[in-house]
Amino acid sequence: MKPWNNKAWLFTIPTLVLVAFSAVIPLMTVVNYAFQDTFGNNVFTWVGLDWFRKILHSERFLAALIRNLAFSAIILAIEIPLGVLIALRMPKKGIGVPICLVLMSLPLLVPFNVVGTIWQVFGRNDIGLLGASLKGLGIDYNYVSDPIDAWGTVIAMDVWHWTSLVVLLCYAGLASIPDAYYQAAQIDGASAWAKFRYIQLPKLSRVLTIAVLLRFMDSFMIYTEPFVVTGGGPGNATTFLSIDLVKMAIGEFNIGPAAAMSLVYFLIILLVSWVFYTVMTRHDD
Amino acid sequence: MLELREVSKVVEGETHIAPTSLMLTPGSLNVLLGPSLSGKTSLLRLMAGLDRPTTGTVWADGKDVTGVDVRRRNVAMVYQQFVNYPALTVFENIASPLRLARAPAAEIDAKVRAAAELMRLTPYLDRTPLTLSGGQQQRTALARALVKGASLVLLDEPLANLDYKLREELREELPRIFAQSGAILVYATTEPSEALLLGGNTATLHEGRITQFGLTIEVFRNPADLTTAQAFSDPPLNTVAANKTGANFMLGGGLSVVAPKGLADGPYVLGVRPHHLALSAQGKSSAGLGATVSVTEITGSESFVHFPFGGSDWVMLTPGVHEFQPGEAIKVFLDPSRMMVFSADGQVLVN
Amino acid sequence: MAAITLDHIRHAYGPNPASPADYALKEVHHTFEDGAAYALLGPSGCGKTTLLNIISGLVRPSEGRLLFDGQDVTDLSTQGRNIAQVFQFPVVYDTMTVAENLAFPLRNRRVPAGEIKAKVAEVLDMIGLAAMAGKKARGLNADQKQKISLGRGLVRADVAAILFDEPLTVIDPHMKWVLRSQLKQLHRQFGRTMIYVTHDQTEALTFADKVAVMFEGEIVQIGDAAQLFDEPAHTFVGYFIGSPGMNVLPIKVDGRRAVIGGQAVALPAGVKIPAGKTIELGIRPEHLTLGRTGLPIRIDRIEDVGRRRIVRGKLEGLDLVIAAPEDGEVPADPHVQIEAGKVGVFADSWRLGTQP
Repeated sequence: MKPWNNKAWLFTIPTLVLVAFSAVIPLMTVVNYAFQDTFGNNVFTWVGLDWFRKILHSERFLAALIRNLAFSAIILAIEIPLGVLIALRMPKKGIGVPICLVLMSLPLLVPFNVVGTIWQVFGRNDIGLLGASLKGLGIDYNYVSDPIDAWGTVIAMDVWHWTSLVVLLCYAGLASIPDAYYQAAQIDGASAWAKFRYIQLPKLSRVLTIAVLLRFMDSFMIYTEPFVVTGGGPGNATTFLSIDLVKMAIGEFNIGPAAAMSLVYFLIILLVSWVFYTVMTRHDD
Repeated sequence: MLELREVSKVVEGETHIAPTSLMLTPGSLNVLLGPSLSGKTSLLRLMAGLDRPTTGTVWADGKDVTGVDVRRRNVAMVYQQFVNYPALTVFENIASPLRLARAPAAEIDAKVRAAAELMRLTPYLDRTPLTLSGGQQQRTALARALVKGASLVLLDEPLANLDYKLREELREELPRIFAQSGAILVYATTEPSEALLLGGNTATLHEGRITQFGLTIEVFRNPADLTTAQAFSDPPLNTVAANKTGANFMLGGGLSVVAPKGLADGPYVLGVRPHHLALSAQGKSSAGLGATVSVTEITGSESFVHFPFGGSDWVMLTPGVHEFQPGEAIKVFLDPSRMMVFSADGQVLVN
Repeated sequence: MAAITLDHIRHAYGPNPASPADYALKEVHHTFEDGAAYALLGPSGCGKTTLLNIISGLVRPSEGRLLFDGQDVTDLSTQGRNIAQVFQFPVVYDTMTVAENLAFPLRNRRVPAGEIKAKVAEVLDMIGLAAMAGKKARGLNADQKQKISLGRGLVRADVAAILFDEPLTVIDPHMKWVLRSQLKQLHRQFGRTMIYVTHDQTEALTFADKVAVMFEGEIVQIGDAAQLFDEPAHTFVGYFIGSPGMNVLPIKVDGRRAVIGGQAVALPAGVKIPAGKTIELGIRPEHLTLGRTGLPIRIDRIEDVGRRRIVRGKLEGLDLVIAAPEDGEVPADPHVQIEAGKVGVFADSWRLGTQP
């Protein structure tokens, strides 16, 4: 037998090299650190699973993990339904389509730290439009000192920044449903809700799987925005795993525990994503 | 010459093509006939070199080309969907394979114009495909396959998305146009009538297996087994279980039909083509069976009369307009000399 | 159930149509009778789908009115018109079971549960899917899905008409036979007005009581299969109905005779030939018999298509197609005979009537 033509693989080499440098090698470095201890000077000692044990039993880690899970749950609970709702309401044809699409894309074009800065100023109760307005209405709002206000601000920021992504995904999903389905539903006398429940939602299931995975992974790894706005405070109220991780690794120079923690963090993301994926695609043929 | 030697294709444990051997000669027209999912497209892809067979080898002109990339083989393919470059004119669409081969401009011009003339596209050479009708778009795709001068041209249900009448015209033109090129033409279709109109050779496919390969009309007239006879019958073949005792076949309902000589007593399956049933006796051995009409369909020159018989649905195709009402009792005649006899396991015994 | 009246309907997709060419649908004025089965037959772009969409309410005609049983429904929505439709590609509600799919239109209309159950069971039996009632619709194959689409129309007692938009496109040939005859039986049982759009003459002729042949935005003829076959009103009908289509031979008229090259044929009695028009003779391939007597022809090609043979040749240099039987002989010196009374005479493509 002659060799199968595998030349197409050559084209993947640049990407593979890039991924190797940007992902695999750093990951292996982290794995390396996670099993060793160091006091600098490139002197390492083997500590086995000590760091993992320590991390998994640390209250600080568990608290941050719970904050993360709560944050992701809230984000998904708001952004997915809101995104679907907006997508359903967007115009299907005419001049409104490009206008809506551009408006929807705008938040996605703003860099993370700029989003943070915008909201930091926006929410200030002395000069920020939002903060000052709320204060003017007699609402006591202060994200610097009140944990609930801090959470509210971070969540509002994420919703503002990322709901568009869900909207755009769903809009594309909705556009791919053939007209005949809507005509049939109309003929069958289906209400708007029935149309959504039996046509749009089933046809969106694949797109929603992707949206949920993307939003889960992204929100679970949130760093820049709370770092810029609240710096993890007040207290540790908005100290998510990523923020804690950076504190530990760079602020406290606990490289070993930080490495172990990032591996655990990584595995949790992988696990939860897998669960989401399996549950959401279980009906697919 | 294209030869498949014991070629098979298994994907994720599922057999798409059972080991198949086939030899196709230059200048021949070969029809792959079978219903959806019978393996027509899988077989075309193996021939083209788009897929690598799980076992077996593919030979072109005496050379083993198994696993040789499709781009290195001289193959053209036309699909059911109209595949053209939407931004290029019809002229450039047809010229594209020649441009890729860096043919001289004069040659490109001559070949494209000749192909366009054959496909009746000359008035549209400056238009883009999407401004043309479906028939013209598919002609453009066919013209592109033609100028490529490929030694193997694979057509995967090329007329399925076209209007009935347009199909009729292209079906008549296609074999003649490609016959001049000397290429091996392989044409996949689900329609028995299309295979008959195209002529050439036919391979009937059933569940990933070629059940018979030969001259189209031979396969139609002399199917080797029940599966082939059924695959190659439109309207569907009428079948009935029968028991031979003495000189006769005993059918359900006390009907007996003269059996051909030389068959042992026992169970058989009889097959009768719809157009071999008649409203009057055709010979003295003709057997009349009592039928209760379920539906009559009239095409204007002929009538399809449906009725249940021996536990299955039978249909008679008879000339003229006969407006039988549902429930009407009629007599349908069956000529034993036109009957196909199959063994209980489906092998043909008498045609 | 309802009679559907198309009252001087015209439609143009662009604004301000000026010439007849701007109309996708030129004037259609016709009544589809209550309870009958009709087909709209024609090539792509003939306006058949536009006409169907006007009936279903997806398209509002530019001019004219649409009446259901005498009531003007031109401005009613699809929902308000109470029609059912089966589409080219099967539309089923994937996440529902077969039975739930059938119950859906009734539940939306708040029919009592007991009634729904009885009606669904009845229709399940009729479309032969009773055994699959509890199965999810997504796992079914194309013909079963099309039956469900049809079933959703049949469960409703009040449907004015059931519309079909090339419903057998994705069905395998063998299954087409089964579905077609079942459809015909269902039509007889339910007696609903049915309108079936297709480009496939066999489907149209076998399904419908009356077929409307459409060409360039107009209905050129409405008739049953035999009428369209034997007395096509236009050469287009002659070409479009029948496979192969009718032979159309340009002739010169010499008294009561038609002159084709050096040959002459007697014209049908009672046909009055108008002056100044192009006169053609239309003869079906099925009405020509190959033999040793008659008009001499040259044979170019014989196609054996199994149950018969298509003989292609020339008569006085004009293309002629003959349908010959499966086992008839082809003489060495072939002649052709025309079956008496089966010749049509056409003036500028329209059939000339015979006057007694």
